[in-house]
Amino acid sequence: MSKREWPLWEIFIRGQHGLAHRHVGSLHAPDAEMAMKNARDVYTRRNEGLSIWIVPSDAIVASSPAKKGPYFEPANTKAYRHPTFFNIPDEVGSM
Amino acid sequence: MYAQMVESTGKAVRTIKEMGPVEREFQERINAGVKIEPKDWMPEGYRETLKRQISQHAHSEIVGQLPEGNWITRAPTLKRKAILIAKVQDEAGHGLYLYSAAETLGISRDEMTAQLLSGKAKYSSIFNYPTLSWADIGAIGWLVDGAAIMNQVPLQKCSYGPYSRAMIRICKEESFHQRQGFDIMMRLCEGTEAQKAMAQDALNRWWWPSLMMFGPSDKDSVHSAQSFAWNIKQDSNDTLRQRFVNQTVPQAEYLGLEIPDPELRWDDKTKLYHFGEPNWDEFFAVVSGNGPCNIERLEARQKAWTDGAWFREGLEAYAEKRANDSRAAE
Repeated sequence: MSKREWPLWEIFIRGQHGLAHRHVGSLHAPDAEMAMKNARDVYTRRNEGLSIWIVPSDAIVASSPAKKGPYFEPANTKAYRHPTFFNIPDEVGSM
Repeated sequence: MYAQMVESTGKAVRTIKEMGPVEREFQERINAGVKIEPKDWMPEGYRETLKRQISQHAHSEIVGQLPEGNWITRAPTLKRKAILIAKVQDEAGHGLYLYSAAETLGISRDEMTAQLLSGKAKYSSIFNYPTLSWADIGAIGWLVDGAAIMNQVPLQKCSYGPYSRAMIRICKEESFHQRQGFDIMMRLCEGTEAQKAMAQDALNRWWWPSLMMFGPSDKDSVHSAQSFAWNIKQDSNDTLRQRFVNQTVPQAEYLGLEIPDPELRWDDKTKLYHFGEPNWDEFFAVVSGNGPCNIERLEARQKAWTDGAWFREGLEAYAEKRANDSRAAE
């Protein structure tokens, strides 16, 4: 085996439709340059994208899965944040 | 399948009532079709079984490059060569997606590579058979990838998020593999008598090993119950095998080829093909290391690893130098 394990990189790709970059997977590479080359070779073999972001996996800060109940719960009780909460009479037309 | 002999926990499946509160919540999430993600709590048995299953699957993709790679330099036309290269590259990508999924369970890529190279890890028995003619490349795409799809389509819905997502990506690409194989078979069957005989010969040699890909018969697969409960296996080996036979026999008829099974017949009552029993002694011999190419395959992987060492070291040295240079410039 090699001296040390190569760092893990997370790969994000922007599709062809002007959407945001989306996470597609990860790969190991010794540095950013190789990570970028490998990301192109693995994740854009069928015109999947026009732009690639690579991020060292350990740079990602994630919310705690154990706390996901209480953490996201406040939004559950705020139905008025959704447009469908409000009934607009048909005669008003589209809004 | 690509992970044919995954040893599960070996324990009886616990009922919801026998579980503690944490495990019960986990099982209820699975029953409700909610995905389990890497940082969620999971039973040790779930984690270990999945590590084995996903890494065996990954190893199969990697070793699977070898029988086909054998024909890249001898493909009959430049177009066929380009297609075959693309397919073999896809297999490397599939291996990568799966290794990444396994890593989320807490096993490193290097550990898995070491397990493959030492011979400790298993991979699908199918890749221990030789590719003797160009028609074998057709037969592999048609039969082996066809069998793989049969197994992988339901796995897209498995309970472990990273595995499920890897399967979705893989299934998208796998259809190209099967179709290019069938295309090779069609051309050969439209060709001269000798070409058609080549296609028949390839079918004769790959048929039974393809049926064995689904793993031992249900009466001999003792570890399935827990995997079903965890939704990391959705159909029994025999169910998938039957589905594969039903799908493939008409395709062989279309090609004008004969399935090498004297017992094969359509059963009008069950609306299924009845087929003969694969040679399970052969299957277990190949799985335990005594197939026609087990030694050769492992040696090829070891050689690739050893021969590539200078390159990996070069990349590391360069990365280190660049990191040092940028630190010095600060």
